[in-house]
Amino acid sequence: MKLRLYNVHKSFAERKVLAGLNLEVNAGEVVSFIGSSGSGKTTLLRCVNLLEPIDDGAIFFEDDEISQLGRDPNPIRRRIGIVFQSFNLFPHMSVRRNITLALTQVVKKSVDDANEIAISLLKRFGLDEKIDSYPDQLSGGQQQRVAIVRALAMNPEVLLLDEITSALDPELVGEVLDVVRELKGSGITMLIATHEMNFAREISDRVCFLDAGRVAEQGSPDQIFNNPIDERTRQFLRRVQAVGKT
Amino acid sequence: MPRLPRWDRVRESFFNRERLIDSFPRLLDAFVLDIKIFAWSTPAIIALALVLAIARSSRNPALFPIRIFVIGYIDIMRGVPVILWIYLIGFGVPGVGLERPFNSPLLWGSVALVLTYGAYIAEVFRAGIDSVHESQRAASRSLGLSNSQTMRFVILPQAIRRVVPPLMNDLVSLQKDVALVSLIGPIEILRQANIDKAKFANFTPYIGAAIIFLLITIPLTRTTDYLLARERKRTSATRVR
Repeated sequence: MKLRLYNVHKSFAERKVLAGLNLEVNAGEVVSFIGSSGSGKTTLLRCVNLLEPIDDGAIFFEDDEISQLGRDPNPIRRRIGIVFQSFNLFPHMSVRRNITLALTQVVKKSVDDANEIAISLLKRFGLDEKIDSYPDQLSGGQQQRVAIVRALAMNPEVLLLDEITSALDPELVGEVLDVVRELKGSGITMLIATHEMNFAREISDRVCFLDAGRVAEQGSPDQIFNNPIDERTRQFLRRVQAVGKT
Repeated sequence: MPRLPRWDRVRESFFNRERLIDSFPRLLDAFVLDIKIFAWSTPAIIALALVLAIARSSRNPALFPIRIFVIGYIDIMRGVPVILWIYLIGFGVPGVGLERPFNSPLLWGSVALVLTYGAYIAEVFRAGIDSVHESQRAASRSLGLSNSQTMRFVILPQAIRRVVPPLMNDLVSLQKDVALVSLIGPIEILRQANIDKAKFANFTPYIGAAIIFLLITIPLTRTTDYLLARERKRTSATRVR
């Protein structure tokens, strides 16, 4: 078991976002989270990366409880990468520096080694020409691909993708999803919060439908999209189908 | 050209060419001291301001007492006129009987400037730090960088870039407030102008001093505008008309 969430609760002020969520993820598994806005997809991922402290319950990473209060989150974050909806590249740094910063400062690699890692990853995703560009000189799709490379550079065991195509123009979505397709099967465990139903169906080993801060239904993509059992899942899928998002 | 009544008298005592030519070299000489005070105070002010701003922006619950202390310090320093601090520190500290060279009003006048301007500029830096979006911190922390690494590599470089224009503004103010140190003794430009005024019963030396200040502050201000425009160009492609 790579990751286990047990009875996780999280509220913001009065709003309860996660309400006793349980989840188990195996090593190398690709799990997608679907559900309407506010169902807790983003919060779930941020809690796993320890960006949000949880109110109750526990999160285990390889049977190690990482959600304990007061625990140094940095060693865990090195092993669990996250990519954000709005890219969050560092605007004052070149692509190269964006990628090598954590390599040199956190895992104390030499500048040469860090550069080598950056170059080989950028090559792999067709971005090597952009190595000395600044984020605002790149398209949204390129920025998001750089953000994925930045997370991958730390060689994480788990990658969290938080609605990574939601801020992109439709014609740029494909290039970002291609990166994720390429990653599947490399052994990395991925948790994907997404609104792209077709993509979730294609890429996932398992799809979880979140509702009211819990996993309402989960199963293979085929089962969730073709034979949903839970009435809330059916309603949700009907709604997204109605706006043409499947 | 119609003239104001008594214009001749005004010209005689404020815009007297002879007096200006006579005083100007002395004023320039005295202005060197203003430049010196400015030059040694500015790095100290920036350093102090950065320390205060970082301390005030820290999120570590254990540093709560330090935050309270810094907030109190900034409130007190900013809430009292600069001139009062210059009197208090510039006269007060040497007055407790320190040996040379530690009894120099010049030294303690400069210290007063550093302590007050450090507080003003700390607030400028803090505004800059607060203006960096929370998502930048999240991105940095998610990569495993510590709080202080995040501050150093991600937050501060962006914050400082953004506050350069208001910072320059405060430095223009400082450049002028350096003259306040004259009130506790050192013969800098304002004091020299005063001496010349008294000697010749003529106000033209003040005009001379004003010209010298403007020669410095106007280019500084224009540089600020230039930096501001450049920053705007860098961050947003097109200007809305």
